[in-house]
Amino acid sequence: MSQYLILIYDDEAAWDSADERSSADMLEGHYAFGARHEKDVVGANALQPTATATSVRPDGSGGFTITDGPFVETKEALGGYYLVEAPDLDAAIAMARQIPVFSGGLEIRPILVHTTTAGTGGGNRP
Amino acid sequence: MTAETVTAEAAVADAHRREWAFVLAATVRVTRDLDLAEECVQDAYAKALEKWPADGVPAAPGAWLTTVARNRALDLVRRDATLRRRLPLLVVDALGGEDPFTDGPEDPFWAGAPDDRLRLIFTCCHPALAIEAQVALTLRLICGLTTAEVARAFLVGEATMAARITRAKKKISTAGIPYRVPSAGELPARTRAVLEVVHLMFTTGHTAPAGERLLRGDLIDRALDLTRMLNCLLGTDPEVTGLLALILLTDARRGSRLDAEGRLVLLADQDRTRWDHDAIAEGRALVEDALRRSSHRLRRRPGRFSLMAAIAAVHTGETTDWHELLGLYDLLLETWPSPVVALNRAVALSFTDGPGPALDALTPLLSDPRLASYGYLSATRADLLRRLGRLPEARDAYEEALLLTENQPERAFLAERLEAL
Repeated sequence: MSQYLILIYDDEAAWDSADERSSADMLEGHYAFGARHEKDVVGANALQPTATATSVRPDGSGGFTITDGPFVETKEALGGYYLVEAPDLDAAIAMARQIPVFSGGLEIRPILVHTTTAGTGGGNRP
Repeated sequence: MTAETVTAEAAVADAHRREWAFVLAATVRVTRDLDLAEECVQDAYAKALEKWPADGVPAAPGAWLTTVARNRALDLVRRDATLRRRLPLLVVDALGGEDPFTDGPEDPFWAGAPDDRLRLIFTCCHPALAIEAQVALTLRLICGLTTAEVARAFLVGEATMAARITRAKKKISTAGIPYRVPSAGELPARTRAVLEVVHLMFTTGHTAPAGERLLRGDLIDRALDLTRMLNCLLGTDPEVTGLLALILLTDARRGSRLDAEGRLVLLADQDRTRWDHDAIAEGRALVEDALRRSSHRLRRRPGRFSLMAAIAAVHTGETTDWHELLGLYDLLLETWPSPVVALNRAVALSFTDGPGPALDALTPLLSDPRLASYGYLSATRADLLRRLGRLPEARDAYEEALLLTENQPERAFLAERLEAL
């Protein structure tokens, strides 16, 4: 088994302007996904909108620059994630397809397993 | 060089072309690592070159090579067991409980071997890989081309191609792209993805993107071999049969596409006695079979490749029935709404309704960003304007087409047309 982080990218404006009904459908979809994959979901969270984001960058002279806003401005912003366990990428893709989105999409990233502690890393396959 | 050496070397070359995918696919299941498996298979072919001249060519070269490659792999895997624990290994399903570490050579693993080739194909053509990487991996791992040969086929440097292949292999193991034939539910969509890769390989060979040569016969031959193999392994899907027919019918004209001086000859002017009539007969039988099987599937229409093959079949007739072609293009446009199909439909329209209506049909395509650098759009427009006698506009369109084409025989053709205006 491997772990994958499924990142949810969506249009924040669509969230903001969604009527009560479609917001409820969206939440319902997430609850259904969580229930169906109770065993596979290791962790999950929704994020506050990018308007609340703060970026921190080294300024090159030992200090940091703090700015308002997300690290990268995109139309579809990172809005939440699921950390899941799956036997392979196809299984992770099959799960990702069941996660509801408005107009955005999902990005699947395999979790890096550190090999310096070979034999003890949880994600190492035999 | 002795006669035995010559025979043996020819047998090794033949086995390289016919059995590479088979041997590699069976070995990958032992190593669960593509690079290590490739190394073992290369060793097996080197050993064949060494042994076959003296011992004779074995009755089943593929089986001989597979046994040697698998044994070498088992050796290395056992020796480096600790090291391997740290590598991300390919995700391989157990196949009928077979364990490659304990089964001896007497075990009937051959029964599952055709599936192994499919596993390798579906892994190479996984949609999570970029399409260029899918094509490169397929040529490298399924067709057994060297990285240098793959690089030459796509006119990129060897270092660039090596990096592309390495990156793709790394993604397969790290992201966990499984070494598996997709489930029945996913199979049709994933088969489309495989056909897409083989078709791109074929079209790149049929008209080389650049260079002195109109076509690249080596790429066409590889694509044809591969499609024949797929038709054996996945032939229940009519689209696989459709693609095989398309390749046979299109490539049947290979010998007549250039004249003795190496100039491009248009379809209408080609010497039909130089067409490959065996390929045409085989292709026509296959396209009929594909269309019949498509229509037997409830609520299913013929797929993209079956329809393209039907169009190619009409082009191999004694005379070209443009009305039939127009009807087929209409069907294809519904199945596969691509601007390239719309462009080809306009060409057919120019022969049924005349160049004026065809030119009107091109108008919406001129602003399509997907065709912004598509030379055939400018070339078609130039030809229609020429036929309409609108010569200054035709001249501009030919000049534009020349800017967008890097295939030398095509450029020479366009330049000649421009000159003759």
